[in-house]
Amino acid sequence: MTAVNGKGSAISLPISIRNVTKTYGTFTALDNVSLEIASGEFITLLGPSGSGKTTLLMVLAGFIRPASGEVRFGDRDVSLLPPHKRDVGMVFQNYALFPHMTVAGNVGYPLRLRGVAKSEIADRVQKVLALVQLGELGTRNIDQLSGGQRQRVALARAIVFEPRILLMDEPLSALDKKLREQMQIEVRHLHQRLGMTTVYVTHDQREALTMSDRVAVIDKGRFHQIGSPRDVYERPESRFIAEFIGESHLVAVSMRGGTAHYRDRPLQLAEPPRHPSGQQFLVMRPEKLKLLTGGEDGLNVFEGTAREIVYQGESTLLYVDLPDDVEVAIRQPATNVGPALPAPGTPVRLGLPAGDTMLVPAERAP
Amino acid sequence: MTTTSLADEVGRRDHAAWKAPNEAAYRRRERSETTVLAALAVPGLLLIGAIALTPIAWLFWLSFRSGSDFTFEHYERLLHPTYTLTLQTTFELSFLVTAICIALGYPLAYLISQVRPRLAGFLLLLVLFPVWTSLLVRCYAWLVLLQRRGVVNSWLQDMGLIDAPLRLMHNFTGTTIGMVHIMLPFMVLPLYATMRSLNRDYMRAAANLGASPVKAFWGVFVPLSFPGLFAGIIIVFVLCLGFYVTPALLGGGRVMMWSMQIERNVTYHSDWGAASALGVVLLAMTLAILWGVGRLIGFDRIVGGR
Amino acid sequence: MLRRPATETQITHGGRLWLYVLGGLTLLFLILPSLLVIPLSFSDSRYLAFPPPGWSTRWYEAYFDAIEWRDATAMSFTAATLTMVISTALGTLAAYGMHTSQSRFTQLAYATFMLPLIIPGILIAIGIFLLYAHLGLNNTLTGIVLAHSVMAIPLVVILVASSFKSYDMNQEMVARSLGASRPWAFLTVTLPQIKTSVISAALLAFITSLDEVVISLFIAGGDKATLTRRMFNALRDEIDPTIAAISTLLILISVFLLGLTQLLQRSPSQQPTPGNEPSPRQSAKA
Repeated sequence: MTAVNGKGSAISLPISIRNVTKTYGTFTALDNVSLEIASGEFITLLGPSGSGKTTLLMVLAGFIRPASGEVRFGDRDVSLLPPHKRDVGMVFQNYALFPHMTVAGNVGYPLRLRGVAKSEIADRVQKVLALVQLGELGTRNIDQLSGGQRQRVALARAIVFEPRILLMDEPLSALDKKLREQMQIEVRHLHQRLGMTTVYVTHDQREALTMSDRVAVIDKGRFHQIGSPRDVYERPESRFIAEFIGESHLVAVSMRGGTAHYRDRPLQLAEPPRHPSGQQFLVMRPEKLKLLTGGEDGLNVFEGTAREIVYQGESTLLYVDLPDDVEVAIRQPATNVGPALPAPGTPVRLGLPAGDTMLVPAERAP
Repeated sequence: MTTTSLADEVGRRDHAAWKAPNEAAYRRRERSETTVLAALAVPGLLLIGAIALTPIAWLFWLSFRSGSDFTFEHYERLLHPTYTLTLQTTFELSFLVTAICIALGYPLAYLISQVRPRLAGFLLLLVLFPVWTSLLVRCYAWLVLLQRRGVVNSWLQDMGLIDAPLRLMHNFTGTTIGMVHIMLPFMVLPLYATMRSLNRDYMRAAANLGASPVKAFWGVFVPLSFPGLFAGIIIVFVLCLGFYVTPALLGGGRVMMWSMQIERNVTYHSDWGAASALGVVLLAMTLAILWGVGRLIGFDRIVGGR
Repeated sequence: MLRRPATETQITHGGRLWLYVLGGLTLLFLILPSLLVIPLSFSDSRYLAFPPPGWSTRWYEAYFDAIEWRDATAMSFTAATLTMVISTALGTLAAYGMHTSQSRFTQLAYATFMLPLIIPGILIAIGIFLLYAHLGLNNTLTGIVLAHSVMAIPLVVILVASSFKSYDMNQEMVARSLGASRPWAFLTVTLPQIKTSVISAALLAFITSLDEVVISLFIAGGDKATLTRRMFNALRDEIDPTIAAISTLLILISVFLLGLTQLLQRSPSQQPTPGNEPSPRQSAKA
């Protein structure tokens, strides 16, 4: 199998999406979106439901024809190519396994379509089933499989014909949390081994951060930020991104002479605001905040009143009221050592390291 | 590979350059695919259009013709007592048959919806059996049962309930019995489909809120089964209005239905004008009932109840 | 037993006795008359008394000896088979097209397909009679098959369309993404999964044609008379016991076909998959 050779241009293709627009009546599902995906890249389209992420995936697969725009796989314009000629593997949210075929029948289906010799089909099906750790289950019927096994069969079926592009539409959303996290790692490893360009759709931001080389955050048919997981999490470009990815509380700040001020106190910033026009907000992530007991070097300090302690097992959240009805939260790892959290009603001081102090605009500049 | 922030803004600059040709191509492709798929329905539609609908349009035209003139005479003739009496019989019989079907069908459907699934499947099979049995076979069976020296009469006499054989067929009674037998499954099946899909939580909630079983049944179950009931009523009533075979056989010519007047005018008198006018009125009544009920409760619910 | 609760709301079986009795009697009313014909067909008497005074197969002999009955039977079966083929093909294609096409005419097309069920049969019958008189199609096999197909196609459309409702179209999309053209995806993935409904629809089309009376009365005369037309005319004249024999055979065919549809529905390949609700096919048969 050539696909198991590792990364390389022969087994993957870059994708270029240019100015794709799709409307349904007055509803704009995709609003002139463009995206360049590198060969072999694992990119995740992340967005809330109805954001257009699945629509874009369906455009790539050829099931939805955009109103305008262009899609290229490598040098080839595939905009008008029907789905069955695109040679992309696809995994659907509900797996869509064929119940009238066995596991091996399902996985062998794309090979039979391509006129591969019978003996070779058996061989390749066996290999790919071993790859997804289902080596023994080829003769099983679909209804005898667990949810996780179905997921693996769907994956095996989508990669058995060695497509250079793999599309996945929320493939893990039907699994329970534990299995989902395990499969995230497995899919990631599989991608590292096979190396095909992978476009992955999810509404789960943690999943997106875990799996991807790059995350493209999409909402209302437009990309709001495209970047590495770390970039998207650590350096959100807008209020929407900061709130959608991870947990954060936003605190309004005022700009005076190029410097951000919180309640007339200047703030030390990690970098100047990237979209300085309009109202700016300070991104306060619970795990970045520190409960101050003494020194405050290199920290922006906020004073407030402890309101409520929420025990969450591996950590504890302390909600703090800042002046002007602003609420923030601070996360403390759950240990039995160290100082107890302040009781509700007592004044607290919070510190945010300068390197973690980010500003986002209310709305991203148009 | 750089971090493409604001990627769409970059794209927008060269947007105009190639947008136009692509857009047209997409639209063409979209249209052609939709057309090809829609075209799959065309052979069937053509057949129905040519064989069933065209002649009906023709009949409509004929109903206004006398020789080469336009006329209302065929419709005026329908006011003659012969026809009004037929109309009355047709409606009386249709109402009666529908009412009996409700009386027998509702308890049966309720029973089937309440028993264990395996038993329900078997009982449903018994309801389906008549549907799959030839209409003529069933009419024949009733002819045999109801005739003067037939099974029913001889049993009743043997049991000493009657002295002389009753007149059970070639009259209104026989026709009613035969038609109920034919129509009953069409009442039971939509009723059962609705009842089975009813969420049992409603009944649990009613009981939990203090309703007695009888109150819960009349206050909750029955209203929720209305879609199936309406569907059954419509199907049965409309089928009754245009029914021909059973009244013709079991009525023995003494029960004159609207459909039989149509047949007579064609076979005995070759009077296409009268037959067409009768047919147009029958069709209009059928469509009016369907349309009226459709407006009242939504046509989807009738179809959905099936 | 009678004191045990029958429902969650604690009505006992005893309290529902009337329901069981009424339901049972209604079921007997539905099936018994047809079944009674079977012993009668083996009577040796002209008068159809029950129980029959003696047994014989003379009415079966009468049926098989009569050339006109044999011809009519052959005619009916030929017409039913051809009707089944035509209406199953056209109806399935139409149901698929209407299900997948985004065309806004879909609703209208579906309504049109239902018209032959809504329009009173007698009206369709005289209409076709009038049309065929001009086309020279009266008393021809072609004419009978086309007319019967018009009556059977709506039933096929209803059955197949209802099976699409519970079928996960994603499967066809997945097949296409894996490299199957649309027709091939339909044949290899969709059709095997809706085959129960398609076969049921075919059987229903067959029985619809076999049992069709009103249209055949007008358009199937002379040497092209169908079984039902001969039976109808015989019944109008007298209660001929030969018809008991024919009826018995027709009942057997009905039971066989109905049994076949039930067996098909229980075959393992039709087990519902997650996300697929089992469809209420039973009820669509009406």
